[in-house]
Amino acid sequence: MTATSVGPAPSAAPEPGRFAAEWRAGVMVWRREMIHFLRNRTGMAVSLLQPLLFLYILGIGLSRMFSGPGSSSDYMVFLFPGVLVMAAQAPAISVGASIVWDRESGFLREMLVAPVRRSTLLVGKCLGGATVAACQGGVVLASAGLTGIPYRLGMFAELLAELVLASLAMTVMGAVVAVRTRRVRTFHTVLTVLTAPLVFLSGLMFPVSAMPAWMAAVTVVNPLTYAVDAMRRSVLSHYDAPAGSRLFDPVRWGGHAVPPLLSVALVAAFCAVVVAAASRAFSRTE
Amino acid sequence: MFGAGQRAARRPAAAGAAPAAHADPPAVRMRGVVKSYGGREAVRGIDLTVAQGETFAFLGPNGAGKTTTIRMLCTLAAPSAGSIEIAGHDTRTAPRQVRRSLGLVFQETTLDPELTAEENLRFHADLYALPAAGLGGRIDAMLGLVGLRERRNSLVRTFSGGMQRRLEIARGLMHRPRLLFLDEPTIGLDPQTRAQVWTHLAEIRRREGTTVFLTTHYLDEAEQCDRIAIIDEGRIVAEGSPDALKAVIGSDRVQLRTDDDEAAAALLRARFGLEPAVADDGITVRVADGARLVPAVCAGLDVAVYEVVVSRPSLDDVFLHFTGRDIRDDRTGAGGLS
Repeated sequence: MTATSVGPAPSAAPEPGRFAAEWRAGVMVWRREMIHFLRNRTGMAVSLLQPLLFLYILGIGLSRMFSGPGSSSDYMVFLFPGVLVMAAQAPAISVGASIVWDRESGFLREMLVAPVRRSTLLVGKCLGGATVAACQGGVVLASAGLTGIPYRLGMFAELLAELVLASLAMTVMGAVVAVRTRRVRTFHTVLTVLTAPLVFLSGLMFPVSAMPAWMAAVTVVNPLTYAVDAMRRSVLSHYDAPAGSRLFDPVRWGGHAVPPLLSVALVAAFCAVVVAAASRAFSRTE
Repeated sequence: MFGAGQRAARRPAAAGAAPAAHADPPAVRMRGVVKSYGGREAVRGIDLTVAQGETFAFLGPNGAGKTTTIRMLCTLAAPSAGSIEIAGHDTRTAPRQVRRSLGLVFQETTLDPELTAEENLRFHADLYALPAAGLGGRIDAMLGLVGLRERRNSLVRTFSGGMQRRLEIARGLMHRPRLLFLDEPTIGLDPQTRAQVWTHLAEIRRREGTTVFLTTHYLDEAEQCDRIAIIDEGRIVAEGSPDALKAVIGSDRVQLRTDDDEAAAALLRARFGLEPAVADDGITVRVADGARLVPAVCAGLDVAVYEVVVSRPSLDDVFLHFTGRDIRDDRTGAGGLS
């Protein structure tokens, strides 16, 4: 046999606790997303530009056209939660792209052959993306005062939590597409086609109450509708909305307003279901 | 003839494979492994055993089932029939243990170019849940083993192809696997870097006692292995040590240049009972043991001998014999393992 092998027989590392091992792998995947995020400061700055432009150029421009009761800053306040979601959208979706990219570049294989569950890898990845996205959204959130939203600690905590949830919802949407996609370009095409209607039909830019019935019907099955609505309720609890403005009408199911907590629960449920579906597709062996 | 050759090749291999007679399970044991994709059989029944500590080369033309076999060995694909055990763990029932026993170096890089060398190793340590105690030392030792200690804090993006490959080998060894898989570890590297990678592999075998299982298109690399299996059309067509495989081809080739080739050829026929072929550039004879013939020929021929060249059968001859193809034709289009 080998004449050279004189070293002691290698002993495989002792099997650590299952949960501890999964936790550590998940944290590592999450941390890798953070490292990538922090090392790409230019990308970070550029992707912040779009939502800020949206809010302070388009928002201000459009707000002049609203001639309803109340001040022109109402539209800015209305638009604000939507812009938070938009700020989180690009980084959230880029997680999906990075899954496809990892597959193309080969790094994914290093993770796939590791002794961890694929769902752990996927959850770590999604939470990493959601954290990055929430950080980006957080920058926009910090500028809330410019739109006339008062700085209240409780409201900000609420908004931040809802922002994390909205980010997660968009991240898992990207992930569920990504695990079935082999090429980065295909992924971007699919996601562009998917996200435009999701954004337009969420009551993000114009209120659901102003939509024709057929359009409003679509918003009911859009998870972003509930994410935006929950955030808007949080803002309204600290902002005096003018009476009778259709801008701030809550999402309704057959005439009944959906309570904000239910909206949050719906988004959370959506995340759980989609992550489970993505994990299943991701875990399939040939 | 074919069957006989195969048996001849297997006998010495089996003797060589016998481990130091203890209960350690073999590094790899495949029994009747079949893999089909939608009715097409990529692997048609492979039986293979690799002993602990061996260095084993897996050769085959493109499309022979090599990649599929490796995908099954590292749990990325499940066999349609048969069973695979890695260090005693079944790939289907105990994939976690299998993965823990395996170190993998793929043909294409699987490093994260945006992380440093050390971060890549730490990421690996977290994925394999290596104990935090002694981790720094292990990282240092592995980087030292492949000569990258000074570059530990450099981004992998700045590494050359050879450095990346070496870092991947270091990473594959981080968790002290029983078995290190290398898929074309030196493809795309310049000869000097190839030699360097092999020096490191030899060092790894010496220091870590790891079983090494590799695929290669370079027969000079296969030559350095304890045992070789040649796969073609989804089956193993030959298996054994390089010498045993070459023995299947049988004869050495002895080429002579003499003062009078015709006379020398006549003498070879008459005194040694050989069948020499005479051409413009000299005489060629095929004999079982060329080296033994040389002194006898020099002493026993009455003609002046200017030059004697003995060539042993090469692995190229072996490969050609078993697959009907020249391995060099394949080299350019070596398939990936994605």
